[in-house]
Amino acid sequence: MRLDVVLRVVTKLLLPFMVMFGFYIHFHGDYIPGGGFQGGVVIAAAVILYAIMFGLDRATRVLPVVVVEKMVSLGVVIFAGTGVATMLLGGNFLDYDMLAADPVKGQHMGILIIELGVLISVTGTMLAIFYAFAGRGR
Amino acid sequence: MELLVNMVLLTLMAVVVIAIVRLRNLFAVIILSSVYSFLMASVLLVLDAADVATTEAAVGAGISTVLMLAALYLTKTEEMAPSHTPLLPLFVAVVIGAALVYGSVDMPSFGAADTPVNQHVGMQYIDRAMEETGVPNVVSAVLASYRGYDTLGEVVVVFTAGIGVLLLLRRNRREAGAKRGR
Repeated sequence: MRLDVVLRVVTKLLLPFMVMFGFYIHFHGDYIPGGGFQGGVVIAAAVILYAIMFGLDRATRVLPVVVVEKMVSLGVVIFAGTGVATMLLGGNFLDYDMLAADPVKGQHMGILIIELGVLISVTGTMLAIFYAFAGRGR
Repeated sequence: MELLVNMVLLTLMAVVVIAIVRLRNLFAVIILSSVYSFLMASVLLVLDAADVATTEAAVGAGISTVLMLAALYLTKTEEMAPSHTPLLPLFVAVVIGAALVYGSVDMPSFGAADTPVNQHVGMQYIDRAMEETGVPNVVSAVLASYRGYDTLGEVVVVFTAGIGVLLLLRRNRREAGAKRGR
């Protein structure tokens, strides 16, 4: 039981940094190695760590199953939607130049948005599979 | 130094693989495969592929270990003894392994400048990515901008895999619930 307390406290201390790191490697994906996939996986790992230490019920209170399952498809919609948006703005599918007056700025924005879509989809998928597994056998 | 680190890591990986093959306790096998993933992540870090290393550490060592443990919770922890001799699988594995090693003899030396990989379109990306996308990380520029369709396809693969697993696991859950209700 003593050991459990140590693990729980360490987990609580670690969690904000893990989530922060996940978002950091997404938003800094342009400058450092990383991007939406890596960020999404790290965030999912943080939530899974929380679920292991504090139980599935508390984790699903933070991120409910319904939200997680919607995230799986929301990410794809954001990614493909960016492509459709650039088409509506007069460019080709996923032609980020259209997103801003300056093409380079548009590219920057486009990459951030679609990587966000990747992040949401990956986090959702990892957590949905984990919830589905962990929810069984009870 | 790098060679030494690589040799130590690869030797450890070989040791872990032999241990995995010999063990019958599935819990130990899962933990060892997690160790293998961490070693692989270290190798990728030595190869300067930091983003792949992050993914390997988080997915291979973290999440998939948790999922395997969750799956183990639903089954037995001891692997059944094989019902036939392992000679045929061993033969197949040795032949395929030998073929792969034979194939690697023909490969250009690691990092050579005159390989097709380092000559054609790869150089174009490195020359033009900064100017055209303003993104200093060429990997991000290639993945998200130049080959956006490709990445969209990958996200759809992740999506499909997730939906597939969910459909399989949730249907069983409903059946189990219905049985319990009866």
